[in-house]
Amino acid sequence: MPILELQSVSKHFGAIHALNEVDLTLESGEVLGLMGDNGAGKSTLVKVIAGNFPPTHGEVRIGGEPVHFHKPVEARQKGVEVVYQDLALCNNLSASANVFLGREIKRRAGPLRWLDHKAMAKRAGELFSELKSETRPRDLVRQMSGGQRQAVAIARTRLSQARMVLMDEPTAAISVRQVAEVLDLIRRLKDSGMAIMLISHRMPDVFAVCDRVVVMRRGRKVADKAIHATSPEEVTGLITGAIHAA
Amino acid sequence: MSTEAAKPPPQANVSIESVLGVQQHNVWQRIAGAQSFWVTVALILICVVMGYLQPTSFATTDNFFNITRNFSFIGIMALGMTAVIATGGIDLSVGSIMGLTAVASGLTLEAGYPAWAAIVVGLAAGGVTGLVNGVIIAYAGISPFVTTLGMLAIARSCAVVLSGNRMLYKFGPGGPAFKALGSGALSITSTLQLSYPLLFLIVLTALLALVYKMTSWGRHVLAIGGNEHAALLTGVPVNRIKVQVYVVSGLAASFAAILAVGWEGSAINALGVTYELLAISAAVIGGANLMGGEASAYGAFIGAALIFVIRNSLLMAGVDSNWQGTFVGVFLIAAVYLGKIRGAKRE
Repeated sequence: MPILELQSVSKHFGAIHALNEVDLTLESGEVLGLMGDNGAGKSTLVKVIAGNFPPTHGEVRIGGEPVHFHKPVEARQKGVEVVYQDLALCNNLSASANVFLGREIKRRAGPLRWLDHKAMAKRAGELFSELKSETRPRDLVRQMSGGQRQAVAIARTRLSQARMVLMDEPTAAISVRQVAEVLDLIRRLKDSGMAIMLISHRMPDVFAVCDRVVVMRRGRKVADKAIHATSPEEVTGLITGAIHAA
Repeated sequence: MSTEAAKPPPQANVSIESVLGVQQHNVWQRIAGAQSFWVTVALILICVVMGYLQPTSFATTDNFFNITRNFSFIGIMALGMTAVIATGGIDLSVGSIMGLTAVASGLTLEAGYPAWAAIVVGLAAGGVTGLVNGVIIAYAGISPFVTTLGMLAIARSCAVVLSGNRMLYKFGPGGPAFKALGSGALSITSTLQLSYPLLFLIVLTALLALVYKMTSWGRHVLAIGGNEHAALLTGVPVNRIKVQVYVVSGLAASFAAILAVGWEGSAINALGVTYELLAISAAVIGGANLMGGEASAYGAFIGAALIFVIRNSLLMAGVDSNWQGTFVGVFLIAAVYLGKIRGAKRE
């Protein structure tokens, strides 16, 4: 059974049809590349799945169960984790504090509850070493490289029993060496059985890690192909509209 | 050269586990990186110099008693202010909240109610004013500057109206107990005394430091100041915490007012005029970042101490007391400028 199923999902903002009758499935251990030009509906699609707002029509099913999200926290409870384009990190806090933000590990005695810094740093350290990232849990995020910051944002998705991760342009603003680091992180997530949706403008990255690519244009899905059955040229054509559909 | 080449190349990946446990900065670097540490150093230097220059007036137990009591009122307000500043907000209404609290408590005492009732009414006045600030800021989305500037005028005018613009001093049976809270002292030796306000300040500073360090509330307050959108996306109850920090600030200001009324023995509606400047300055001099995300309880304590020791020193050096505002203002601007330089260095 697919982890995520979208059945003729539409999202209208007044007269603007940001999404039109989109069908989509995502299996565990699968990396799906979501491509499209600016305004094609990628972000809207991600926001519907991530629970930022409900679709106007259509149904979203997670693990076969229909869901109706109104807040990102609700989606997270169903195992949908999002790595936002700006990473949603607090520069003034440590890596460990960022990983556990909003779901801190606490110790308790009677009515008192206090933060268990040691347990959080230890768990964060384990997550970073699983991701093979040299990120120190107690360091401030402010002092970290782009790759380390990605690792912090990705480690956050590993805390709970996440079933799928949406990654919004994770390689958009980082150096070449760090891009390789992030693509490795994505492969490790895939190996652990996670379903991943990668939203990206960068063709080489999509062809490097994705199993399948979906192309959006003007709110519609115009292609859904296995990566070995297509080519960067075809995808470019689909994005721009030079090729109508495939 | 050839022996160098014969060695195996350094291994990059082996170090991951060993590196994870390491902190980038050791304890000394962390202390030296804190603005409150350098303020403490400056404070000690000033005290040493003044003690040497004015051994008979500055370095006396009487002067110590007076300075520490005077800065305690501002220190307690500054503690509440750090929570607001940590979220990236500002509370300009704390001085007026003091006036409103003074009148509310004073009227309760004049009406013959016991001291505890006057304390509850006073704290309620500050807590409710803070609640109104917080709800407007968090839910109506009005900027903290505008909201609390408006409240500065509203709370002061309510205080004037409620008091009938007169001084309240004919406290009933609750008077002595209420006054003891602000004017009492703990005797350490025959000459050295610690005022109750100072003791309250010390306890509250320790308590707030614990809250910042050890609770998720403290961490969420700092997270909101660091990146409000990120805090929201990760499930931090941003609006609720914003309301709470203004309530904390209001409660801190009204507690300071209760102690100040107790010390002065009378309640006037003009209590706390321009004290918002002192409370904000104390927090900022102690290292609170007005852009949010950085604040410490100890910083508020030491910032308030520095302001009052400098005021005291200037008086003893024979400088006209009207110059004090100039010095506080210069220190505030200098502290923000230093914070800016530190921030630029870190990025």
